Amino acid sequence: MKAPLSWLKEYVDIDCSPDELKEKLFGCGFEVEDMYEIGRDISDVVVGEVKECEGIEGTHLHKCTVDCGINGNLQIMCGADNVKVGVKVPAALIGATVYKTSSDHKTIEGVTKIQKGKLRGVESYGMLCSGTELGVTGDMYEGADCDGLLILPESCENGADVKPVLGLDDVIFDVAISANRPDCQSIYGLSREIAAALGKKIKKPALDYTETPDSTTMKVTVHAPELCPRYMGHLVKDIKPGRSPLWMRRYLTLCDIRAISNVVDITNFVLLELGQPMHAFDTDNLSGNEINVRCAREGEEIVTLDEKKFRLGPSNLVICDGDKPCALAGIMGGLNSEIKDTTKTVFFEAAKFARDCVRKTSRSLGQHSDSSAAFEKGVSEYTTEMAMKRALHLIEELGCGTVTSVHCDVRTKCSDMSVKKMTVSVKKINAVLGIEVPSEDVVRILEGLYFGVEKKSDDELFLTLPGWRDDIEDYPDIAEEVIRSYGYDKITPTFMPTAKVTNGGYSKEQREELALKDELYLCGMSEISTYSFYSEKDLDLLKFPAEAKERKFVKIMNPLGEDLSVMRTTLAPSMVKTAISNIRKGNLEGKLYELSKIYVPRELPVTTQPDEVPTLCMCMFGGYGFFDLKGVIEDLAASLNTKYDFVPSEKPFLHPGICADVFSGDTKIGFIGELSPVICEELSCDKKIVVAELDYKAMRDTAKGFKFTPLPKFPEVKRDLALVCDEKVTCKEIEEAIYASSKYVTDVRLFDMYTGDQIEKGKKSMAFTVTLTPGEEAITAENSDGYFKKILKGLQKIDIQLR
Amino acid sequence: MELKDRIKEIREKISEEIEKITSHKSFLEIKTKFLGRGGEIQGLFKGMREVPQEERPEAGKNINDLSSWAAALFDKKEEKIKAEELAERIESEKIDVTMPGKRTEPGSYHPDTLIKRQLVDVFAGMGFEIYEGPEIETDYYNFTALNTPKDHPARDMQDTFYITPELLLRTQTSAGQIRVMENKKPPIKILSPGKVYRSDSDATHSPMFSQMEGLVVDEGITLCDLKGMLDEFARKIFGEKIKTRLRPSYFPFTEPSVEVDVSCFSCHGAGCRLCKGTGWIEVLGAGMVNRRVLSGCGIDPDRYTGFAFGMGVERIAMLKYGITNMKNLFDGDVKFLRQFKGTEV
Repeated sequence: MKAPLSWLKEYVDIDCSPDELKEKLFGCGFEVEDMYEIGRDISDVVVGEVKECEGIEGTHLHKCTVDCGINGNLQIMCGADNVKVGVKVPAALIGATVYKTSSDHKTIEGVTKIQKGKLRGVESYGMLCSGTELGVTGDMYEGADCDGLLILPESCENGADVKPVLGLDDVIFDVAISANRPDCQSIYGLSREIAAALGKKIKKPALDYTETPDSTTMKVTVHAPELCPRYMGHLVKDIKPGRSPLWMRRYLTLCDIRAISNVVDITNFVLLELGQPMHAFDTDNLSGNEINVRCAREGEEIVTLDEKKFRLGPSNLVICDGDKPCALAGIMGGLNSEIKDTTKTVFFEAAKFARDCVRKTSRSLGQHSDSSAAFEKGVSEYTTEMAMKRALHLIEELGCGTVTSVHCDVRTKCSDMSVKKMTVSVKKINAVLGIEVPSEDVVRILEGLYFGVEKKSDDELFLTLPGWRDDIEDYPDIAEEVIRSYGYDKITPTFMPTAKVTNGGYSKEQREELALKDELYLCGMSEISTYSFYSEKDLDLLKFPAEAKERKFVKIMNPLGEDLSVMRTTLAPSMVKTAISNIRKGNLEGKLYELSKIYVPRELPVTTQPDEVPTLCMCMFGGYGFFDLKGVIEDLAASLNTKYDFVPSEKPFLHPGICADVFSGDTKIGFIGELSPVICEELSCDKKIVVAELDYKAMRDTAKGFKFTPLPKFPEVKRDLALVCDEKVTCKEIEEAIYASSKYVTDVRLFDMYTGDQIEKGKKSMAFTVTLTPGEEAITAENSDGYFKKILKGLQKIDIQLR
Repeated sequence: MELKDRIKEIREKISEEIEKITSHKSFLEIKTKFLGRGGEIQGLFKGMREVPQEERPEAGKNINDLSSWAAALFDKKEEKIKAEELAERIESEKIDVTMPGKRTEPGSYHPDTLIKRQLVDVFAGMGFEIYEGPEIETDYYNFTALNTPKDHPARDMQDTFYITPELLLRTQTSAGQIRVMENKKPPIKILSPGKVYRSDSDATHSPMFSQMEGLVVDEGITLCDLKGMLDEFARKIFGEKIKTRLRPSYFPFTEPSVEVDVSCFSCHGAGCRLCKGTGWIEVLGAGMVNRRVLSGCGIDPDRYTGFAFGMGVERIAMLKYGITNMKNLFDGDVKFLRQFKGTEV
């Protein structure tokens, strides 16, 4: 929220520097996100009095001698029409910074530095400035929007800085207000906090006015009390539309609101000053001298002030006259009852609308305003009452209308103006804080923050809460009020002296996960993390058929975009896309993995929390192939003290000949394979990409504990066997045949594979190292020969020969 | 020839030939030639028969002298040759130690994993258990039970992804707090790391990020305890000299609520780009658990108090490692990933 220092000073006698104020606000919970002088871009511009002014023939230029006080008399060339001897104008000295304007003299094109110049051969030692060049509009300084030079009052001292004269030395505080403090979303609300922080008295804005009796009737009916707990209205007649006074226009401008005309400006001013949105209806356009606050009928329409048309429904609250909607409650007025130059009588509205109602309508229609923002944050009825009085006072102060006696105040059953009281114990407050804030300090702080405080006993305080503090519910709220004033720096660190000892640490699952990541680290795999959501298009990319289980997914109702709209049911698409994006960036090889959840709905449409299944996805691209990644899976199996089987399989996105399901016994735990050449081509990728995806829990469940096996008493026997077989025979079949031949076989390992000219067509040669481990007796050379004979015999039975 | 002369001759021959020896092989040949079985010295003993009986003791002694002289000479020579040969071998085996070593290139850990590990280690040591809740949460656990009813303006602080009007992607790991408190009675010390989601995306915001939430509930827990624990955390994660600062803030589920800053570990308070000149860096939000939250979980707020804190894992990672764009953490660029080797402790 933007707050000009000059405006804050209307309510608090601020006698510290802006930096000190910023610190004070920060300390009590209001972070100043930005703080700047209005004229931060302007420097070295002084008051100059034109002493001599000589037109240069054939041009619009004047050669002036300007008295710049202590800066001396300067010769300055000027092209403005209104330059003449005797006027006091802003003179930018050499080196000064001012805004650069385009040829229309109105559009600002950045900041420029004044240099010594020569115009038509005449030297110029500065520049005389217009309002635009100094960033000053007619709403900030009377007359600043005239064509030509900004004329300063004669009372200005020559050579003095123009900033204080033009109010450019004012400072804007952009303050972050937390969601629990809607009461501080206004200049006056923030001033209350500043007064408390500085220990000053708050000056209340004037609320007095006189009513002129009038016999007009206005009937207000609230049909939806939950959505509109309070509705106040007041009739003002004899409206004299016109420009608001400069002070009001200036405050509006500094808070980024355009001044329009007095009645509208008053409503905007009150919103900024007190935080209560207001609205004014032109009664000439209201039919039936009545106001109905009700839910819109299905299909009912309204055109708002900004000429946008909306089709409404029963969830939208509208303010209606006798027959039609005239405003979207709390958001924006209707064009049909807009204040115009011809407006004679207005009906002022100050109401409290429910936060959620305004938010829902504002969101669903996409129609936002300063008013809706205020209602969404929350408005207290205390402020609603105050705002109506303030607006009526301003009508009188500005002399732009006559406040009548015609008014109404609908306090529905949902209205709550009760004064909240509570009893708190200082001991309990200190028990939350952990320090001893003396009772008198607690009293002093709370009184400073406008609480009524009555001492009931040494410990107990009876509090009357300020009307605007809807956020205070319990004594910890009071503790917060106390400590933010007392100072968080007084909180001294302690280390839970009263707490019981707890046995912390990782759970078994977390230790296992860390061990897996360590194992993968050692396998050379780099961990990635990608978004948990993707697009249905990513499933298309990997050609998942319509009936695939991956197509049964959880969808996000309000995604950031279609790309991120579906919760993942497989990690493979993100992994493939990561590999592709790496390859496109020129990262020609990589070994990646991700351990993340996939989200499997229990039913469709989703009504209960889906299963979140931790999944391990791995990928290699560049100079790697199937067996490199298979090796990693085997390493993982080994780290779990188990072995997996790889069974040829098919997947829509994998190479039909380079694809396997991974099994542990009968349990399928995942797949591995090379990305299909068709997809590679579609992605214009000429690198091989190998992917594997494993159900992490299923894989973990295959872990076997281990025990020490006594070391062999006798040496193992290792022998290499080069075998020839039909090329269809798999490695696994041979391994199994060898294992089956002798109980002493403990390891069978392929170390070479050959097909080619040296071998009969249709055959292949495979060479294995076979290890025999002796039991209770040593394996003699003869025994060993016997075992190997038996192995070969077993192999011959399935047509596998020694090469 | 007289034996005496023979001895003299052999002695001269040995002296001469031993000089010519260049290798261990020729050494053995020559040594055998003189000292071996059937060698020249042994041949002298054979010639003893021709020596008169009375001269034999004298002759025997002379031959023995020759033999031990030769043996000593050859031993010395052998030592010298071996030394030469070793020197030669060493010279020939010399390597260029600046050539690269043979290594298995290890992979890398995601920065989030590195930070999470450090954080969990710190808090596990303080007695925190780890709890991980579901990412797809009910509105109740994510908001309502955390004192954020439907019309609460705090809901606007976080833009939420909804699955159904009642199911959503959790916006905060605080959702897990409630699940723990419903099932476990004080003393509670839990740490809850996990992914959270908010509808936000720019250089410092990602629609998915990780949080680490901590919760302590026990008798007599105070704001001072929160400060004490955070001081400990800051020292262990950011360095011994790091200080913390509490300042008022607002979260619906804590009261009082604080924002926690650590003194800038880059400039130590002098003011730099990292801390935007303030000397302080905002790292987490915290506060005393709201009484409503406690009683909603069946914990007596008059008997127990507690504090909770939550921090963004990526934010800590970005601060610690100097990462400026959050997107780097999620796009899996190999050149980025490879920089995060090993486990920093």
